[in-house]
Amino acid sequence: MPSTPATPPRLTGEALRVGYESQRVLDGVDLAVAEGKLTVLLGPNGSGKSTLLKTLARTLAPSAGRVCLDGKDIHRSNTREVAQRLGILPQGPSAPEGLTVRQLVSMGRFPHQRLWRQDAEQDARAIRAAMAYTDVADFADRSVDALSGGQRQRCWIAMVLAQETDLVLLDEPTTYLDLKVQVDLLELLARLAHEHGRTLLLVLHDLNLAAAYADQLVMMRDGRILHRGTPDEVFTAANLKAVFDLDANVIHDPHSGRQVCVPTSVPRAATLPQVVAAQMSA
Amino acid sequence: MTSSTLLKHPGGSMGDTHQARYLSITALLVLVLLASMGLSLGLGSFPSPFGKVLNALVTPQDSDIAFIVWELRLPRIVLAVLVGAALAVAGAILQGIVRNPLASPDVIGITSGAAMSAVTFLALFGTSLSIHWLPVAALIGALLSAMLVFFLAWKRGITPSRMVLVGIGLSAAMGAVTTLLIVVSDDAAAMYAYVWLTGSLYAAQWQDVLGMLPWLLVAVPLCLTYARHMDAMALGDHVAQGLGVNVLRSRLVLMACSVALAGAAVAFAGGLSFVGLIAPHIAARLVGRGFARLVPATALLGALIVLYADLLGRVAFLPKDLPAGIFVSAVGAPFFVYLLHRTRYRSH
Repeated sequence: MPSTPATPPRLTGEALRVGYESQRVLDGVDLAVAEGKLTVLLGPNGSGKSTLLKTLARTLAPSAGRVCLDGKDIHRSNTREVAQRLGILPQGPSAPEGLTVRQLVSMGRFPHQRLWRQDAEQDARAIRAAMAYTDVADFADRSVDALSGGQRQRCWIAMVLAQETDLVLLDEPTTYLDLKVQVDLLELLARLAHEHGRTLLLVLHDLNLAAAYADQLVMMRDGRILHRGTPDEVFTAANLKAVFDLDANVIHDPHSGRQVCVPTSVPRAATLPQVVAAQMSA
Repeated sequence: MTSSTLLKHPGGSMGDTHQARYLSITALLVLVLLASMGLSLGLGSFPSPFGKVLNALVTPQDSDIAFIVWELRLPRIVLAVLVGAALAVAGAILQGIVRNPLASPDVIGITSGAAMSAVTFLALFGTSLSIHWLPVAALIGALLSAMLVFFLAWKRGITPSRMVLVGIGLSAAMGAVTTLLIVVSDDAAAMYAYVWLTGSLYAAQWQDVLGMLPWLLVAVPLCLTYARHMDAMALGDHVAQGLGVNVLRSRLVLMACSVALAGAAVAFAGGLSFVGLIAPHIAARLVGRGFARLVPATALLGALIVLYADLLGRVAFLPKDLPAGIFVSAVGAPFFVYLLHRTRYRSH
């Protein structure tokens, strides 16, 4: 069993249902996002992990159950007040043509600004800090759309950081990026949780990266949570089989102390020429 | 305090040079507009030297051209400026909401609704009611068609793409009705309707200026208070919501501003197309990103476009007075094709 967190969770989902009777995307999900930790939602395509993140982010409204932020129903709260505490980065965001990095990052200050009342000092400080932390300050005045995928994603993360929220939800922040770039991003996000006490919830696709960087893993399938806990507890061959229908060995890397899965279900019988022949005859 | 200082992007020294560039370009546009208005005042079927025009403006009682300057040219010039600014800002708002550079008030049915309503008015009441009620009819048509587009496009919220599709369909239907009405109405009414549909500032009066002005005075400041919301929504609905933007409410308020501006402009100057398409683009090239900066530059450019289109119509083919809409379309249609081409090229 996971140890009880030191501080009570601020973001919780209770008995969440999303979708209709015939097609439930979420089917009675309970989740309390552990404070100051990096939690990763894992599951096969269509398992509901992205839907759960969107529901917790108030992008989707559940058909039953509720999401609470600091004890208050998030879907009934003032969206700007929520945005002062909870930042989200949707999957694959796109910046308009010509928007500079600095302009993008400065949008993160939106929930803290009023038309007649802005703390320019505080805004500038938060923007500088976010750009420094994500290492995008060197190209602050270049267009976002002219940058590489990894740089661009760092800019978006900088925008969410400039929002200065304790909770940050990110939907597949590393998809379509090179492995090295993915690793760098996850290092950055893990430091946010471990050194700055932020609470992070991520959807990830890569099992080994999830196991390497998550403090808590939440494994989903068919709209339900099947397993949750630390990677040591739940990243097992039996669970990967149950959640992903994946035959794999899970080995413990003695150097990093991390769990690694190695797929074993390689089809030996069919060679490539045979597969091609089978397709051509079909 | 001006809205531009209130709404400027925070942060950094580079932001200040951008700010300086934006301010100088906007100031330059103001000067160009004032100079153009002065030039336009002196030109016409009765050309007048600048000194005489100035004299007529300052001491009309001593001037023999006071009537021409004060009652014929000035209201027409001021109306051209107001109408151009309104159409341009309406276009900038729509392009921002729809996140498509090809959106304009014509596309989502505002113009065609006003046109159908105006032509209906001319066909039914052209002889019985005063022509002064024509702007009212056009404005009601614009508002009703915008509401209809909203209603038909509503499906648990408004998505921009569905709104554009519904708007295009509705525009086509209303265009058909307009054509039908022109065909069946008598020659005089049909002639008037044609000129109105092309967009003309002919015989503009101070009364029209006073009818137009309040719409601008309400809608432009209102849309500026939503400038940061607009910038956030440019990042996508989900990002905007994550930043704390009430996306539906912001979109409704901004849409209402756009409809009011476009509807009023069409009501007083007829179907001037393409202003709302061209002006925001040129403005974006000049002042860059950020809705609060875009709006003043867009308004000034729109005013210039309509002002010069009307000036050409007045003086280029004397003694004929051609509708300004002809010249706006002559520039606007090729520009639209260019944009279409560029957008297609970019998407590959």
